[in-house]
Amino acid sequence: MPRFDIHVRVMPRPTLLDPQGQAVEHALESLGFKGLDKVRVGKALNFYLDRPNKESAAKDAESMCSKLLANPVTEDFTVTIEEAAG
Amino acid sequence: MRVAVIQFPGSNCDADTVRSARDAGADAYLVWHRASDLKGADAVIIPGGFAYGDHLRAGAIARFSPVMKEVTELAGQGAPVLGICNGFQVLCEAGLLPGALMRNAQSRFLSRPVTVRVETTVTPFTSAYEKGAIFRVPIAHGEGRFVADEATLEALESDDRVVMRYVGENPNGSVNDIAGVTNERRNVVGMMPHPERAADPRVGETEGLKVFRSMLQSMELPKGGSR
Repeated sequence: MPRFDIHVRVMPRPTLLDPQGQAVEHALESLGFKGLDKVRVGKALNFYLDRPNKESAAKDAESMCSKLLANPVTEDFTVTIEEAAG
Repeated sequence: MRVAVIQFPGSNCDADTVRSARDAGADAYLVWHRASDLKGADAVIIPGGFAYGDHLRAGAIARFSPVMKEVTELAGQGAPVLGICNGFQVLCEAGLLPGALMRNAQSRFLSRPVTVRVETTVTPFTSAYEKGAIFRVPIAHGEGRFVADEATLEALESDDRVVMRYVGENPNGSVNDIAGVTNERRNVVGMMPHPERAADPRVGETEGLKVFRSMLQSMELPKGGSR
């Protein structure tokens, strides 16, 4: 069965306060980096998924995001899928 | 009245919660999260702590523990279900309560007393209070900032479903100073403050015990009689 390389990115909704992002922004500024705006901290998850085709891999990966990986109230997610090498 | 206090790997307020429920007169006991039987519980409390180390998000993994199927079923039958702190987070993740709890606005873990006001007495966990009662109670959380979309918030406010609100100071940036909410049916309640830590004269505060007394009171009344 083909193996797919799944990358999930989960980010806090842009309208919601992200104190972690703010703290990172302040730390970067104190290091002397200028011109920063709206630093936000999210999560990245990578995994392999064995599925007959890309469509069914996409369907399951998105279902995982809706059911567990992202909180529908506070977070948005994106999924990218590539056929795993070798 | 039989009260199941759910114990997850990482729960740390379970013993205090059992004790407070017993002090209020309940037959309270622990139920391990892998259990598929609540042993005849009339009510359930999900205590504070860090179930599954808060991995992914607080409550996100715990909501899939086998016992949560039973808890959801009992809640669906209208039985009183309370989530305290991490328990509140679990109930939101499980969809038994609306909204979500995000990292405190100041990004710090907060462990200290706050002042709250009881906004509604029409729940099985606040019926023993006077409406508008104000008391001191400890909080201990890193993720207690309650958020909900506008429509949900509007419904919570107009249906009298905000159970407790912070007064004087909003410690975590919760929208509308919300410290606790209830579901549409009003049998499931979540609160960030720890009433079990304000339920013994030896720790200085006793007003929290009324959360547990309310629960007992609600079982003595006929269904819907607490309204």
